Amino acid sequence: MKFSVMVNEGPYTHQASDSAYQFIRAALSAGHEIFRVFFYHDGVNNGTRLTTPPQDDRNIVNRWSELASEHDLDLVVCVAAAQRRGIVDPDEAKRNSKDGDNIAPGFRISGLGQLIEAGIESDRLLVFGD
Amino acid sequence: MYINRHAPCGTVYAVEGLEVVLIGAAFEQDVCMAFVGDGVFQLKQDQDTAETGMKNFSPAYRALGDYEVNRLYVERESLEERGLTEDDLMPLTWEDEDDDWAEKPSIHIVDRAQLSDLIEEQDILLNF
Repeated sequence: MKFSVMVNEGPYTHQASDSAYQFIRAALSAGHEIFRVFFYHDGVNNGTRLTTPPQDDRNIVNRWSELASEHDLDLVVCVAAAQRRGIVDPDEAKRNSKDGDNIAPGFRISGLGQLIEAGIESDRLLVFGD
Repeated sequence: MYINRHAPCGTVYAVEGLEVVLIGAAFEQDVCMAFVGDGVFQLKQDQDTAETGMKNFSPAYRALGDYEVNRLYVERESLEERGLTEDDLMPLTWEDEDDDWAEKPSIHIVDRAQLSDLIEEQDILLNF
C-alpha cells in the first residue's frame, strides 16, 4: 500500500514524531511504500539540524535524516509553518535576509500543495498529532 | 473532509488548519469541513482578539464560499454542550452558480450520528 504521513507536533514534547517514525519503519519493512512525509504545525521543528539532545536519548532529527537517506524518503516541511518557527533552508535564508539556515539533511521546504497532493496520490494519509 | 476540533485561540491548529483548506481549494477537490468539540468556537460571531495581542482570523471563514468550500458541518451536541446555538455562529454563505447565483447557507447543523455517517463517506480526513 502507498502511505503518506503528516507529522503535526514537534520533537520530544509529544510522541507524534516518534510514532510516525516507528510507523514508517514498520510499513517499509512490511514492503509498503511511503509517498511523502509532511511536517506541519510544530512538526516543522523536526527539521532543524541544530538540535543537540543528551547522548543517552534518541536523536529524533538525525533519525529522520538517516531514514530518509536509507529509503529515499521525501521529507517535506511546510514553508508557511516553517517561516513562523524559524526553520530555514539556504534559499529561504537568502530570500528573508537571515544570517543562517538550519534545515536538516534529507528535509526540503515546500508548500501545502505537497500535503494535498500526498492525500490524493496515496492510498492512505495518516495524521500524527493532537 | 477537514475536521476542526480546537478553539480558534489558545493553539495554532485552527488558523493553520484554515490555511490548508484555503490552499487545498486550488486543487479542486470535493471538500467539506466539520466542526466538533471546541472547534465550534471557530465559527462564533463577533470574535474580538484585540486584548490578546493575537490576530483575529475569523473573517477569513467568510472567504470559504468563494473557494467553493460550502459544506460546513457543525455538530449539534458540541454546540449544546457549550451553550451555543446556530444564531451564535457567523452567517456564512456561498453563491450557487447553478441556481442563478442564489446565496445559500454554508453551515449545516448535524447531530453526532449524522456526522459519523459523513465521516464514513470520506476518502481523506485531515484533523486540525
